[in-house]
Amino acid sequence: MAMLHIVNKSPYETNALESCLNHAKDGDSIILIEDAVYAVLKGGRAANALGAAGGVKIAALSADLKARGIDGDKIVDGVDTVDYGGFVDMVTTCDKTQSWL
Amino acid sequence: MSEGVKKFLYVNRKAPHGTIYALEALEVVLIGAAFEQDVSLAFLDDGVFQLVNGWDTKELGTKNFAPTYLALGDYDVSKVFVERESLEERGISEDDLMELMYEDEDDDWAEKPSIRVVSRSEMADIMADNDVILSF
Amino acid sequence: MKLGIVVNEGPYTHEASDTAYNFAVAALEKGHEIFRIFFYHDGVNNATRLMVPPQDDRHIQEKWSALAEKHGLDLVVCIAAAQRRGLLDENEMKRQGKDAYNIAPGFRISGLGQLIEAGIQCDRLVTFGD
Repeated sequence: MAMLHIVNKSPYETNALESCLNHAKDGDSIILIEDAVYAVLKGGRAANALGAAGGVKIAALSADLKARGIDGDKIVDGVDTVDYGGFVDMVTTCDKTQSWL
Repeated sequence: MSEGVKKFLYVNRKAPHGTIYALEALEVVLIGAAFEQDVSLAFLDDGVFQLVNGWDTKELGTKNFAPTYLALGDYDVSKVFVERESLEERGISEDDLMELMYEDEDDDWAEKPSIRVVSRSEMADIMADNDVILSF
Repeated sequence: MKLGIVVNEGPYTHEASDTAYNFAVAALEKGHEIFRIFFYHDGVNNATRLMVPPQDDRHIQEKWSALAEKHGLDLVVCIAAAQRRGLLDENEMKRQGKDAYNIAPGFRISGLGQLIEAGIQCDRLVTFGD
């Protein structure tokens, strides 16, 4: 039973992403949307934390990356970029969702 | 679990009063009670502040909805999970919390505490074990 | 799959409504059914017909109303949250003795039970908020 965790706040603003990472289980997925996409910036504290989440798949929403001027070069390795269609697929592929607001 | 009964988990991660989420989350829980699903409440991160006892909102001038937590037992809510690490990080002990009780129909209606303090990793298991997770 | 969507924040101030809308469009394009979109907390403010955003920006309420009409979507606004925030339909206007109502086409005001029902009936329930 895999969960999709949806995180929408910047990791530098709230502890939502950190708390999510503390509760996600191996096999779960996390999608970063809205301001949470800032977590993927290479060299940032948050990107390092993402790297440590070995058993969890991490994706970031393309629309939110683009809106914020975050292009491929700036994204830490190991994070997939998905569009809204990909987001929908992540929701239906996992067994349930939890939003970390 | 009977057919058609889902496990609902209401996740509370925000403090009371600064925002309306604590109050309006409770309102969902109370209405939800009528639907006879399997209900659990989770309090973690700043959500644990909601259960700290001794509210006095007179000077603030807002509604004191602490009694609503105490009434949860009347709405068949007996599973209230509170995360230990969240309490410790915030300098709160179990003794600081409201005493939430419910009547166990399987034990001659004996009054029992609804709050169960669990570890972070137990909380992760609880989340994984539920079907529908509502966040506010 | 049968999906339920919860929108917990109002238009413009938070991105939640935009994300929820774009998600809904993508889900419909993939052939999924959207059982209900439930607006709670400040999310009820997406339903005001008095919204007048700048001409060169998206009109969030009109987008929701148009999507609802095109796909026969059930957009539900929580009555308790709506009353608190001054969002009324004609019935509520009369019931509460007010002199105006402001709910937009395609939205209906109903109880929190509609949210629970969505949780029970849907295969997945996705929440967008703050």
